[in-house]
Parts: sequence; C-alpha cells; structure tokens
Amino acid sequence: MAKVFIYPATSLILSDMVARFGHTPLSSATAIRERIQTAGLESPPLQITPEEPKKGLRWAAVEVPSGVRGRMSLYGPMIGDCEAAIIINDADLAFGCMGCARTNELVKFLIHQKEIPKLELNYPKNEEEGVRFVAAIKRFLTELGGTR
Amino acid sequence: MTSPVRIAQLSCGPEYSGIQHEIDTAAREVGGEIFYPDVALKDIRRDFDAFGLDVKSPDLKLTIARAMALVEGRVEADAVFIATCFRCAEAAIVRNELRRYINEHSKLPVVSYSFTERTTSGTLLTRMEALTTIARRRALLARETQQGITMGVDSGSATTKAVVMKDNRIIGKGWQPTTEVLKSAQEVIAHALLEAGITRDEVQAVGTTGYGRFLVGKEIRADLIQEELTVNSKGAVYLANRQHGPATVIDIGGMDNKAITVMDGIPGVFTMGGICAGASGRFLEMTAKRLGVDITELGPLSMKGFGGRVPMNSYCIVFGTQSLVNALAAGSSREDVAAAACHSVAEQVFEQQLQEVDIKEPVIMVGGTSLIEGLVFAMGELLQTKIIVPPYSQYIGAVGSALLVSGFIKDD
Repeated sequence: MAKVFIYPATSLILSDMVARFGHTPLSSATAIRERIQTAGLESPPLQITPEEPKKGLRWAAVEVPSGVRGRMSLYGPMIGDCEAAIIINDADLAFGCMGCARTNELVKFLIHQKEIPKLELNYPKNEEEGVRFVAAIKRFLTELGGTR
Repeated sequence: MTSPVRIAQLSCGPEYSGIQHEIDTAAREVGGEIFYPDVALKDIRRDFDAFGLDVKSPDLKLTIARAMALVEGRVEADAVFIATCFRCAEAAIVRNELRRYINEHSKLPVVSYSFTERTTSGTLLTRMEALTTIARRRALLARETQQGITMGVDSGSATTKAVVMKDNRIIGKGWQPTTEVLKSAQEVIAHALLEAGITRDEVQAVGTTGYGRFLVGKEIRADLIQEELTVNSKGAVYLANRQHGPATVIDIGGMDNKAITVMDGIPGVFTMGGICAGASGRFLEMTAKRLGVDITELGPLSMKGFGGRVPMNSYCIVFGTQSLVNALAAGSSREDVAAAACHSVAEQVFEQQLQEVDIKEPVIMVGGTSLIEGLVFAMGELLQTKIIVPPYSQYIGAVGSALLVSGFIKDD
C-alpha cells in the first residue's frame, strides 16, 4: 500500500477514494489533525505557531511570504514522504481548495520533481468527463497495488 | 457590560503564519471581537466575478466575497481589518483595492496591514484601538469646538507635550524630549499650567494620548485615554480649520509614521508604521547631528540646498547614513545633504505608506517634523500639492486630546 499525496490537499472526496483502495492519503486534514490533537499548543485555529514559517524555510527562501512558508511546513514533509501523487488541476472550489496560488505552484512543482507514480487530471466539466475522471483515478490506485 | 466592537477580518495567510492568535488578542485587549464574515460558496463565485479582479489565490477570492458581503449589508460589522502576507504582490493588490472599495462604498473604518510571522499583538494594538474608537466614539469624534478648561497630554516616543485650552483657545503649552515617561509628563504639565496661569484643580477634564497614554493617564487620572491615530487626525483638522469634507493627515513621528484619510473629522482609512527608522524623524535627527546643527536649523538649511545633487536612500537607516557620510566625504555641501535627507524621508513615507491610503486634499502635515520646512517641501513636491502645516502642529496630539476631552466635562 502506498502513501499518496493528493492535490488539492483539502479534497475530502479524493482523500476518501485513496483510503477506499487501501492506500494512505497524505492531505491537509492529516497535517492539521496532528497539530490540533497536540496538547499544550495555543495558536488557534490551526495550531500553527510562528515557528512553522521558519520551518518552511527548507522549501522557500525568507523573501517568500510567511503564509507560503507556513503552508509549506505542512505540505513539504508530506511531499517528501509520498510514494505516489494525484494532481487535479482547475478543481472546483467545492471539490477541494488550497488558499494560496503561490504555494500551489510550489507544491505542484515539487511533486513533478519526484520520480514517483503520478496521475494528473483536469477537473471534469460534465458527466461524461466525470465518469472518465473517476475511472482514471480508480485505475491508477489499483495499479499502485490497491484493493477495493 | 458594553458589547464588543465587531471587527470583520478580511485576510489571506495569518492562520498559516501563526499570527491569528496575535490578531485576536490585540482586538480583545481594546474591546473588539474578530470575526470572519460568513459567505456561501455560490456567493464567492458570484461576487468574485462581479468584483472583476482576476486573482488566482482562492483565499483572496474568499476575501473579495467577504468584502462585498460587508458593503452590501449582508453581514453586519462595526469595522474592518484587512491583513495579508508581507511581500505578496497578488495580496497587496487585493488589499489595496478592497480598502478603496470599502472606503468608497461604506462608512466602515478600515485598517490594512501586511504581516510577517514576527507580527505581535503589541504591534497591532494601536491600530485595533483606533478601529474600536471610531466605531464606539463617533459622536465624540464629531466634536468641533473645545469648551471649558481642559488639558491634553501627548506622551510620544520622542517628545512629550501638554496643552491647556480654555473656550476654544490654547492658553498654555509645554514640550520636552521624553526621558522618564511620568517625569516628562509631569514637567510639561507644570509648564503648560504655569503658562496658562491656572492651577491643576481648575482643569475640568484631562485627556492623554501617545505611546505612554495608559501609564500617564492612570497617574494623572485622565478622563479620556485614546490612541494617537484618531486624536491626531482630530487635532489636525481642528487646527487647520478643515473640519468638514475630506482631508489627509500625515504625521512623520520619531518612531513611526501615520497617514490617515479623514472625512468630516472622522478617520476612514489609516496606516501606521514604517519599515525602518530611515523613514522617520529619527533619521532627520541623526542627519542634523552629523551636520552639526540643531534639529530646528535643519529645515532652513535644507531649503538652501538642492537634494537632487546628492544620491540618498534611507530605506534603511544604515544605508541612509552611508549615503550621508559618502556625500559629505565627496565634498557635497551641508545644504544639499540636508535637502537630500528631507527628500529621502519624504520619499520613503510616500512609497511605503501613502500608497496604503487614498490621498484626499487638503494634505495636512503635523507633529514635530512638520516644522522642518525641507521635509514639508519635499512631501509637497512628491504629492504635487500644497501642504498645510497648521499652527501648533507639534502639539497636535495634545490639542486633539484637550478638544475631545471637553466632551467629558461634567455639568455642575
């Protein structure tokens, strides 16, 4: 079973599909859950402290806005850990939405750099494309060794 | 118990920069409550298209939809705080356009801020306090004349000032550099009372403003303790006799700068801060020292020079000092160097802060630096307008405070 990074990382639908095939989805929910379940931190709402943008310096230089670096402190380690990735381009906001376009560019670039199995699709615009979209994801997850 | 002032937050990135807690804390300390305006998914799509600014970041699309919900009255708020990451060009465009849009289409006071992970609640406190003051004390800020005998004390970072007013006239004043906050305040108060020829007991109400306002206010049992953004803008339009209609107030201070757009004496949009002391009165003080003149002589000296002959960039006070030393070593005249220093400070304020507010004429310069003619001249050149420096401009905070606190005089 593989650790699969999903993009948009906030997509619950995508996360659910990956889990249904027995893989481990690497998503925003995973990273945020770790933080909000850590006792003793007091930096609501995401329990991200000013230390996170500093950790983000590993992926983006100091002249990059703190919001990008803070986000990279969540996504960077997951990109490092992932064994496969699914990227959905131009997704509808309801499907999953990552707030910062500059972070998104960097996240996709880093995934493209990794030599791992990847599936990159455009978000479907009609039912017919939707069927092909789901089938492609299913095929990719199955070929990764997943079982439904 | 007074209900908190509801401050709508329009932002991108503070939660991921680890500073949302600082924003919440600053608001809470001044009786405010931060909230995110609720919008539905369909509102985001519709409002983003309607606004017409084709940004790529979804959080900025959400911010635009939230701003439209506020302006159209679908969500109620008392004030707006716009915050985006420092150094993000996309967010800076949105921040400026939303600030302008809200200012033009609503009466909500707005402050915009670009943060880093090092932003603290202390940095945001005065801005938040100004927002809550405008929301809570609109009637007080509408006051146009001073009544009775009142005193205002401005405990600033560089100087402390006190003014005694009687029946809409200044009858006593005191000024000195700030050393020990309380001692400096007591001394300027004593001087102002002496000049006015009255005793402390005859003063019917006292107000404080400036960095030391809380400490001094507690000590002298002030009736009104209020931040300098609203007090200074009120004092400026009062002394410049521009209490009606629009105006822009610029206060280049010893530690930070303020730029405030005002309508009928009430601040609408304001910005406060500065990247480095190179954009503040501190750099001019240092220049005067290096040129061997008193700060009061820097203005006349600079008016005899031509700043264009000396390259100077005080974006950083260290770079500015290097330019200054190099220019003198290369044989530049003291007059030209003084003029260049004034131009550089004006340029930094123009580039860093005046872009965050929409300049509305008349432009009024206040604070101690407004007495440096070269700085006022340079700012006028940059803004292409004639700048008003009202009488007693160095006492602006004390005058504003004395004016506003007359609303607190108790009837016998």
